[in-house]
Amino acid sequence: MALLEVSQLDVRFALRQGEVKAIRDVSFTLERGERLGIVGESGAGKSVAAFSLLNLISKPGFIAGGSIRFEGQTLNTMSERGLRKIRGNRISMIFQDPMMTLNPVLSIGEQMVECLKAHRRISSREARAIALDKLRQVQIPSPEKRLDQYPHELSGGMRQRIIIAIALLLDPDIIIADEPTTALDVTIQAEIMALLLDLCEQHNVGLILITHDLGVVSQVTQRMLVMYAGRVIEQGPTREIINDPQHPYTQGLINALPQMATPGEKLNQIRGSMPSLSNLPSGCAFHPRCDFIKRADGQTRPACVEQVPGFVQTGNCQVACHMVAELLEDRRLKEESQ
Amino acid sequence: MSAQASAAAVNHIPAENVETATPLLQIRDLKKRFSLSGDFLEQLRFKGGKLVRHQEHVHAINGVNLDISRGEALCVVGESGCGKSTVARTVMGLLSPSEGEIHYDGQRIDNLSSRQLLPYRKRMQMIFQNPYASLNPRMTIQQTLEEPLRLHHPKWNRQQIADKVEEVMRSVGIDPDWGKRFGHEFSGGQRQRIAIARALAVDPEFIVADEPISALDVSIQAQVLNLLMEAQHARNLTYLFITHDLAVVEHFGTRVAVMYLGTVCEIATTATLFAKPRHPYTQALLSSIPRLEDDRPQHIRLEGEVPTPVHLPSGCVFHGRCPYANARCRQEIPLLQMQNDGTRVACHAVEEGRL
Amino acid sequence: MTMTTNKAPSRLDRFRDSFVWYSFKRDRTAQLCLAVFLCLVVAAFSAPLLAPTDPYDLRQIDIMASELPPFWIDGADEQYSLGTDAQGRDLWSIILYGTRVSLLIGFGAVILQALLGVTFGLMAGYLGGRVDAFLMRLADIQLSFSTLMVAIVVGAVVKATLGGAFYSQYAVLMLVLIIGLAEWPQYARTVRASVLAERSKEYVDAARVMGLRSKRIMFRHVLPNTLSPIFVISTVQIANAIISEAALSFLGLGMPETHPSLGSLIKAGFDYIQSGSWWITLIPGAVLVVLVLSINLLGDWLRDVMNPRLYKG
Repeated sequence: MALLEVSQLDVRFALRQGEVKAIRDVSFTLERGERLGIVGESGAGKSVAAFSLLNLISKPGFIAGGSIRFEGQTLNTMSERGLRKIRGNRISMIFQDPMMTLNPVLSIGEQMVECLKAHRRISSREARAIALDKLRQVQIPSPEKRLDQYPHELSGGMRQRIIIAIALLLDPDIIIADEPTTALDVTIQAEIMALLLDLCEQHNVGLILITHDLGVVSQVTQRMLVMYAGRVIEQGPTREIINDPQHPYTQGLINALPQMATPGEKLNQIRGSMPSLSNLPSGCAFHPRCDFIKRADGQTRPACVEQVPGFVQTGNCQVACHMVAELLEDRRLKEESQ
Repeated sequence: MSAQASAAAVNHIPAENVETATPLLQIRDLKKRFSLSGDFLEQLRFKGGKLVRHQEHVHAINGVNLDISRGEALCVVGESGCGKSTVARTVMGLLSPSEGEIHYDGQRIDNLSSRQLLPYRKRMQMIFQNPYASLNPRMTIQQTLEEPLRLHHPKWNRQQIADKVEEVMRSVGIDPDWGKRFGHEFSGGQRQRIAIARALAVDPEFIVADEPISALDVSIQAQVLNLLMEAQHARNLTYLFITHDLAVVEHFGTRVAVMYLGTVCEIATTATLFAKPRHPYTQALLSSIPRLEDDRPQHIRLEGEVPTPVHLPSGCVFHGRCPYANARCRQEIPLLQMQNDGTRVACHAVEEGRL
Repeated sequence: MTMTTNKAPSRLDRFRDSFVWYSFKRDRTAQLCLAVFLCLVVAAFSAPLLAPTDPYDLRQIDIMASELPPFWIDGADEQYSLGTDAQGRDLWSIILYGTRVSLLIGFGAVILQALLGVTFGLMAGYLGGRVDAFLMRLADIQLSFSTLMVAIVVGAVVKATLGGAFYSQYAVLMLVLIIGLAEWPQYARTVRASVLAERSKEYVDAARVMGLRSKRIMFRHVLPNTLSPIFVISTVQIANAIISEAALSFLGLGMPETHPSLGSLIKAGFDYIQSGSWWITLIPGAVLVVLVLSINLLGDWLRDVMNPRLYKG
């Protein structure tokens, strides 16, 4: 059994325009020590997916269906008390903005000690020793000094290191990192990502990395999910997806990167923009932007407009696309007839 | 220290002039400081029994020299706080320089009054970073686009203005029927198109783009970048393009200037810079772009973080993080020196052949 | 955001689609307050039609009918539903007229405050530097005098130089001026704060890059974007102005008893509360409370709705 098992997760927001389905039918698993990337643009639902894992969706959002199972316990039906034992302890989170986690009026040491004592029965002295050890692990210069400093006295990169130290404080099984380096500069971003990767490998911690940056995902994760308009449209081993994306959206996303085009030439753009979740197109949500809804004979594939695509298996990846399904079917028929 | 730097800049100008004939825009020894100390009363401190006036400054730009030739796209890259946006805003007259000069087409513009500047406003335009803040929320798209036309073409009649608005909306791929709508009814990419239309409406020849795509989604970034390149070809535009994204620079720029802590540390043609980065900071910056091909990050590790621009380091601003720094780097400010392939680098290690 | 139709919605459509309308439809308190407030305004301004007698007309006043109780108490006269005051004026009529005076002063003072405060706040916030320092120090000095103090000094000076008759004749105008001048800093500060926030936004830079003059940027670009806070503070200020007027009148510095406002009615009746004629003071008092409460509750609702953090984030 996988460490974390999410099946058919369905999260909705009750807004004044009516119920908006933020994510639908999202299923994935995470093994112990595995690193998974969730990729998508803003509005794809990747952050909602991450927040719902710990039942952190706040009103007007709610989990409308599906299940999240961690070591066999179902998290989405668990009491707030039970959840508190898991949050921060077994599964911890790293947010984009370090100040969301850090309390500005408490020193770093106080926050770390408080966090430790909330989950374990240890003395302050022991807690402080653990905190110091974690700060050393995230390679902060002069860690003893940092314990007595306040968050505003530290630089952005330093704060994000502290956040990682806090995330590791209770030796969790999984870290969920929501755009952990987006607010940082490129050189610092590279440092933090390398650090996170090293620590996860050393301590055999699972990582769920939420990002819009394909470069980061390709360097850090082993498997990835691509989300579009609230659904997973492609999932599989990161290398395979990056090197040979199947879904037209994934292809478009990778081809749109400036490094994929000859300098000075036109970039391969995806036309249009992400639909709003309250006004989704029928069938495959990507079809109004897709270049492949027409068959080779020039006819529009009706299924793309009418029917939400299910997953088909290609290689080690699963893809939700009618075009890919049709190609596979054609190939299978051809092989059978030979 | 500043005397040293300006002397350096003066020495350096001839080399620059030889290289390009008549640059469209010339930035000469530009410096910009922001006061941190508030008004006069707040600056007074009690020190050793005496009242002293104490002032602190952020040194955002410390002696920048740049030339932009007609038709090129000069990209300025650097991390946050390196002064690249300040350069852009000073060029556009949104900030006035503390020292130095800005020349546009041979004419000094940084000391002009706003009335004298008006003809240049038509020739120079700007595109901003945040499409959610750069459109006035209380104005329709039509009003937003008409405003610059009415100002710069006071003799045009209603029909001429309407025609021009329609033309410019079509040229950026916005349906002219949407003119009666407000900015907040559009997505980020569409808003940035409208902001570009506003800049293009007065038919400028020079555009300053301050991180125009960094607030947009990946798939939309490509659309907007394509639009900017199309406009460049169709209208023979010259760009000063500010960004932190090196992948965009590689694709878009003719030449690149790398900035660190308010100084330019390397200027080169894009191909040269990416093939052969000279300055240790440029090398580190290039190595930290997450590439799709890599399996693991292979970046050059830099010591520490960018120091604050309030107390600038002595000597080379990069010496505190540079793996090649020696005693000379800690004392003497390096000057931009021409290399044999036309690249200019401000680094003692490169000059001495240590690197 | 995707647009399904190319037709732009009209102003009415936009309003129906807006968060303000949506929240108003669900907020019973706001609906009730608006209804009460509108009833009071309509009743006050149609006082000459609604009131059975004209309290300003001395011929219609019968001094013999003074201190009659309201209809639910023994000894009431059917002719005077809410009873009469010490001078024998019909209380119902005089409350209608008094409310009109109070509302006129409240609105007038707030319009004056807004004109001064918005102009100064806009200039201070947009131009900054010395203009800002000067205007804001001026506001600080102004705020360190209380409205009552200003009113007492101005009232005393005017009465001394131009005579009590002159003061009574132009009492409404004087009160508008006094309250308007005394409280403009509230506006100026609010407007300045939101101008400072707006000024740093890129659309203002875009307007500057375009070459627009400061005056146009201030009034065409910045001002329309500071309207929400102006709206919210206006409701609070109307209520404050009405209360200030009532307080001044209660102290005898406001409306004369011949043209009473709610405040002067309360004051006039206050002397008779011990003698058992409580209605002369309590009924106008209740009207004042209801009026101010409904305005304040509306203001509360408006602040919640227009707080951009609540609905834009």
